[in-house]
Amino acid sequence: MNPFSSGTRLRDMIRAIRACKTAAEERAVVRKECAAIRAAVSENDQDYRHRNLAKLMFIHMLGYPTHFGQMECLKLIASSGFPEKRIGYLGLMLLLDERQEVLMLVTNSLKQDLNHSNQYIVGLALCALGNICSAEMARDLAPEVERLLQSRDQNIRKKAALCSIRIIRKVPDLAENFMGPATALLKEKHHGVLITGIQLCHELCKASSEALDYIRKYTEGLVRVLKDVMSSPYAPEYDIAGITDPFLQIRLLKLLRVLGHGDPDSSDSMNDILAQVAAKTESNKNAGNAILYECVATIMGIEATTGLRVLAINILGRFLSNRDNNIRYVALNMLMKAVSVDTQAVQRHRTTILECVKDSDASIRKRALELVFLLVNENNVKPLTKELIEYLEVSDPEFKGDLTDKICSIVEKFSPDKLWFTDQMLKVLSEAGNYVKDEVWHALIVVISNAPELHGYTVRSLYRVIQSSGEQETLVRVAVWCIGEYGDLLVNGTGILEGEEPMTVTESDAIDVVESALKSHTADVTTRAMSLIALLKLSSRFPHCSQRIREIVIQQKGNLILELQQRSIEFNSIIQKHENIKSALVERMPVLDEATYTVKRAGSAQPGAPLEKTSKSTGPATGLNLPNGVVKSAPADLIDLLDLSSDDVPAPASTGDFLNDLLGGGLTTNPSVSGADQAPTSGTDILMDLLSIGTTPQNNHSMPNVMSTTLDNLPSVSPLDSLSLTSPPALSTQTSEVPPATFPKDTSGPTKSLSGLAPVVDLLDGLSSTMPAQSPTYPSIVAFQSNNLKIMFSFSKLPEKPQVTQIEATFTNLSPNVYTDFIFKAAVPKFIQLHLDPASSNVLPAGGNGSIRQTLTVTNSQLGQKALAMRIRLDYIVNNQAVQEQGQINNFPSGL
Amino acid sequence: MIHFVLLISRQGKIRLTKWYSPYSQKERSKVIRELSGVILSRGPKLCNFVEWRGHKVVYKRYASLYFCMCIDQDDNELEVLEIIHHFVEILDRYFGSVCELDLIFNFHKAYFILDEILIAGELQESSKKTVARLIAAQDSLVETAKEEASSISNIISQATK
Repeated sequence: MNPFSSGTRLRDMIRAIRACKTAAEERAVVRKECAAIRAAVSENDQDYRHRNLAKLMFIHMLGYPTHFGQMECLKLIASSGFPEKRIGYLGLMLLLDERQEVLMLVTNSLKQDLNHSNQYIVGLALCALGNICSAEMARDLAPEVERLLQSRDQNIRKKAALCSIRIIRKVPDLAENFMGPATALLKEKHHGVLITGIQLCHELCKASSEALDYIRKYTEGLVRVLKDVMSSPYAPEYDIAGITDPFLQIRLLKLLRVLGHGDPDSSDSMNDILAQVAAKTESNKNAGNAILYECVATIMGIEATTGLRVLAINILGRFLSNRDNNIRYVALNMLMKAVSVDTQAVQRHRTTILECVKDSDASIRKRALELVFLLVNENNVKPLTKELIEYLEVSDPEFKGDLTDKICSIVEKFSPDKLWFTDQMLKVLSEAGNYVKDEVWHALIVVISNAPELHGYTVRSLYRVIQSSGEQETLVRVAVWCIGEYGDLLVNGTGILEGEEPMTVTESDAIDVVESALKSHTADVTTRAMSLIALLKLSSRFPHCSQRIREIVIQQKGNLILELQQRSIEFNSIIQKHENIKSALVERMPVLDEATYTVKRAGSAQPGAPLEKTSKSTGPATGLNLPNGVVKSAPADLIDLLDLSSDDVPAPASTGDFLNDLLGGGLTTNPSVSGADQAPTSGTDILMDLLSIGTTPQNNHSMPNVMSTTLDNLPSVSPLDSLSLTSPPALSTQTSEVPPATFPKDTSGPTKSLSGLAPVVDLLDGLSSTMPAQSPTYPSIVAFQSNNLKIMFSFSKLPEKPQVTQIEATFTNLSPNVYTDFIFKAAVPKFIQLHLDPASSNVLPAGGNGSIRQTLTVTNSQLGQKALAMRIRLDYIVNNQAVQEQGQINNFPSGL
Repeated sequence: MIHFVLLISRQGKIRLTKWYSPYSQKERSKVIRELSGVILSRGPKLCNFVEWRGHKVVYKRYASLYFCMCIDQDDNELEVLEIIHHFVEILDRYFGSVCELDLIFNFHKAYFILDEILIAGELQESSKKTVARLIAAQDSLVETAKEEASSISNIISQATK
């Protein structure tokens, strides 16, 4: 006979499996065994059914599929003998879970067994029901369980109580049926029944407020039970480390917490006993500490007296200095909750908590760090940050990420002044620059740019730290950016702060730093691209070194990364050929608008702390609202282009302006340009543009759109077309500071003979001549409105393409909840073509505080015959629930 | 509430799993893989709690076996350590100084014992003696049934001789 047929005993099979030396051998044994069991299943073999199921359970534990055994469980459960049922129920709990439909088939057997005369069989059924019942089964069998709560047998009562917990969890509506029997259990003497009864009451309180009020009446009784257990003489059956039934005490405390929460009267009645537990429980063993811990939680959770709270916090203080890691962990855990109740008391333990941040145990470190984060305020931010940054130097690499994150948000949230903020951030960057998130160093640059008095100091400090910490990527980026912007301040040492060490840096020293950043092996594309920009800027700041810079730049012209290659070639030609406009092109960046950036950051679902403090000082320098066609005096205003993407201003810059500005604003004034008035807004991060990170994909939205709108407008300017058509891809990945599209490549045919600015002037001429009068305007409509959401459509048309309508949709959230993962979908009839541009964001702030914008381009092929129509669908997530709204839009203005 | 109980050997083999919250088979093996990686690699002096996917896993090592229980954020971790110890003591009493091999060959018995201690992820009985008594009573029921069966089959086999 085959040794692995179903004839083998369970023990033999386990031995055979354990004897396997390789996974393949094991698989072979299991396969044989499974085959034998399948054969037995199909033969409907009765004698060995329970043995086969036991084997299957073992095989299941090893991780092999055993679904074919599910029906065997049901058969065993349906058989009459206790051994069969015992194994059958075990298999049921092990092989099935509540989501399997097979489970429904067992309901009937369960019902019979719940009414069985043998108490052990009833126990098996209750146990199975309590562990895996589904909502349907809960409904069907709740009356049986309710009845069993009053059974004569105490073992059945306790099992029925736990089973009821499961039923209530599955179907909270059933809670009220259990209220009466549950409270009856609270009078039991048997600890097992009492414990389960208390747990059932706890569950009921969570499920319904009615039950909570009902059970509150039993507070006195529960307090008495707790008192009795505490003062009971030695009971060997329940004794753990000299304490009588800690499990019961803990559960009593837990239920008291729920009852006392928000209810001064019942809180009052338990104050005494809580004080006794807190004072009398021995804390030299884990069981005692578990009780103390629960007691502290209860004191914190109810409306306790101040004296009691002090007692509780003191217990936690004692825990905190315990040598046992577990105790310290729970202390930190509880202190987190206590912070909201009594910050002062927790603050007293700050030094100890700070020590825990440096613990060798990751769980404790994490807890402590979160707690420290909660404890920081304006008064202690400086010493705490100092400690944390010092620790950053020596912490484990895997902890640095978390730690850096927290330090950054503490520094941002509580920094008393910009100097301190910059200093701390530089320290963090130089210690753990590689762990700093993008938005953090972006924010740092915004702050630096907003503090003109610190420019010199910052760039010099950066120069200093980069000498020693050149391997920290983000530090390098910030340094390169600052040197590019403020290189002159670095060299001539302007704006020296008090106490700052003077230092001599030559122009070529500064260039050395950028060059090494560019050539470093570890630098990624972003850093290199930023270095190139910085070099371009320095070429204007340091005219004497212009030649050297050109040489460095030109080395990248063969770079395999297209972005760098392109920048290199373009910058080279700027340095070489366009000396006259270069200084204007690489003018220092205007102050970045902190408020806008903060809003963007908050809107992009980053929970990072906003720059509350620093945003106050937003200068008036940001000229957002300049009307069309006004020639601006400062050439640096080319940056206005970027504000196309700002949410709160309806894109003021026209295409004409854009080009004007690029060229330094000295040329012609354009009549208003209709096509660009609704220049598409997009989710492009302003800062990304400013930092000239050409590689970020988001960047590709706003610029090409502006440009292509322009191109659409200019069918007649053919040389320009051919010229610019070669550049849109360039433009799309390009930085806004440098207008590559306006500079002809030497190779582009028709413009070859033109030199310098000529084609650019052409371009502008062409623009102004092809911009005729305003196209017809259409009123904006409310396309869709529900209780939660409003959608506005505004329309515009290009005069030469009457069939094409650009619709700008603005979504506003009318509810008090934030929508995330917001997606707008639209469908149109066949004669219409629809194109959706990416939305400005997928997060819709609550209460109308901001909106999402999205541009739709609709081409109506039957213009004049049929009107526009659209079906829309909106999907979003609010409070973790997916919501879908649908609608149809028929109220488009006529003529679209 | 206890969401699941795992017994993992030091080699990462699973000796017992009990799920009180619904996890699909796929999730189960993922959970086991993830947790055994985290827990087995922790040093001996660290605390017995691991934060994991918004839950906490309390574990304790007894000889070559790690007993792990996954609980909610605001459950009492120290008490769960006591529950684990409670379980281990009952196993110890039942098998007479329990070892890993006992739990391998008599895995079903370990499950029966666990079912007398926990239902629906909540504690059922705080007395070790009561649990031992209940298990013994049920074991004897099984024994009697077996004896009966064998005696009947004896009769039949003799009758058909």
